Order: sequence, then structure tokens, then C-alpha cells
Amino acid sequence: MSLESLLSVAAILFCIGLYGALSRTNVIAVFMSIEIMFNAVNLTFVAFGRYVTPQAFDVNLSSLLTGQVFVIFVITVAAAEIALGLGIVLALYRTTNSIDLSKIVRLRH
Amino acid sequence: MIHDIAFWSLSVITIVSAIGVVVVKDLFRSALLLAVVFVGVAGFFFLLSAEFLAVVQVLIYVGAISILFIFAVMLTTDIQRGNSPNKLHIAATVVPILLLVVVLFGVFTSEWVELDVDKQDTVNLVQARAVGAISEAEFAADSINDEFSQQVLQDADIADLLVGEYVLAFEGVSVLLLAALIGSLALARGRGSK
Repeated sequence: MSLESLLSVAAILFCIGLYGALSRTNVIAVFMSIEIMFNAVNLTFVAFGRYVTPQAFDVNLSSLLTGQVFVIFVITVAAAEIALGLGIVLALYRTTNSIDLSKIVRLRH
Repeated sequence: MIHDIAFWSLSVITIVSAIGVVVVKDLFRSALLLAVVFVGVAGFFFLLSAEFLAVVQVLIYVGAISILFIFAVMLTTDIQRGNSPNKLHIAATVVPILLLVVVLFGVFTSEWVELDVDKQDTVNLVQARAVGAISEAEFAADSINDEFSQQVLQDADIADLLVGEYVLAFEGVSVLLLAALIGSLALARGRGSK
């Protein structure tokens, strides 16, 4: 396990997510792909925090955990985004009876 | 050695299930595979000795977000063929592959300034501290004997950063969560049901 292999795994995950987000027509499938991308980025944050830590190493040891703090923020924002996004999806499904992105052209009634 | 075996098997599991998520036609199965991806990433966090994040990942992603996805899939129709590709199929394949090539090129040609191995051990200790105090045995195992550096290690903490250096972002995120909560309530309530 090295920094390079971790970054490669994260890059592969991110690109799989990107492929899904670009190619799917179902809104929920697109959301799932975006979640994979979030996870890839989180993995990168933690890997960098573990192997390439800030220069402040000798000043304040708490700053070693900066990468993890960023991941906590990303997870929080992702949770908020998913809660709102799925709410919108359900509202869309109620009004248009479809969650196909190629058919949805408006958000109002 | 055991770390490498764990790492490579986790990589294979995570990547294969991630491909499954975007390829499988049945949306319900993709939602279940997505839970596998989340567990795999939690495993990576454990391997990187970020135990706190691994637990948070399992709690929030596997416990909450996967369930949310499964609910959303079951509440909408077209589960069996819901995951069909759109017209941009070729572009959507080429762009991620190009990006992957560029990123991997960057990863393997950059000269990363990595920490020495003994400093990495310190990082491991500090990260472990995020879920509990470091025991005397762990200090002994890493031959950290002088009291001052023990105290410095014990004082390093995620909460230190969360409500210290990043307190503004912390408060911003809590306001964001509140707004998201109210927003999704308003959306889910709908127009007709009073």
C-alpha cells in the first residue's frame, strides 16, 4: 500500500462515478454516481493526510488531522445534498410521473 | 504484507462494485452495490488508520444514505430498466478515460514529498487518538517514552480543528444542514397535502 496506489484507486473510482453521472438517464442513478465521486475524493483527502502531511508537523500535531476534518465536511455536505436531491426527485416523480433526465424539461407544474 | 493483501482485495471489491453501480440495469441492485462501495471505502479508511472516519462512513453512508437511496428507488417506477444509458454514451465513455489517463500520469510522474516512516507512525498514533486515548502500551510499542511528547500526542484531536481553526466552516455546515432539512421537508410534503 503506497500513496500512488491509493491515489490510483481513488482516480479509478472517480472516473467510474464520472462515467455514471454523464451516461445515465435516471436521476437516482446519477446521484449514486455522484456519491461514488464524493467517496473517491474523500479517499484522496485521507491518503494525503496520512502520507503527505502539512509542514506544520512540528508546530501543532492537530493539523495532521486536517484531511480528516475536510472529509467530515464533505460527508456532511453530501448528506445534505442527497436529502435535498432525493426530495426533489420524489416531487418530480409526483408531478411528471417520470424520473428520466432526458424527458424532464421543467421543474414547475 | 497483510496490509497489502487487505488493500488489494479491498481495491478489487470496491472498483468492481463501483462498475456494477453504473452498469447494472436494475436500480435496486445498483443501490445495494453502492452500499458495498461505501463499505469498501470505510475499509480503506481503517487501513489508513483513520478509524473515526471509517465509523462515520459506516454510520452515515452505509446506514443512512444507502437506505435513503433504496427508499427512493422503491418509491419510483421503472426499477428493472431504469439504469439505461443516454445518447451521450460515447462522449461519456471517452471523457472519464481521458481524465483517468491524465490523473494517473500526474500521480506517477509527480515526486511526492512523503513523510519518513517514523513520522508516519506518529500520524497513525494521532489519527488513532481521534477515537480514544493512546494507551501506555502503544506509546511503548512506538518507543515514545518522554512525557512531553506523550502529552503533545494526547492533545492532538479532530475536535481541536473542528471547533478551533475551522469553526467558521463548522458553523456554516450546521446552517447548511438545517436549511437542507427544512428544504427537504417542504419538498417532500408536497403541494396538495396540507
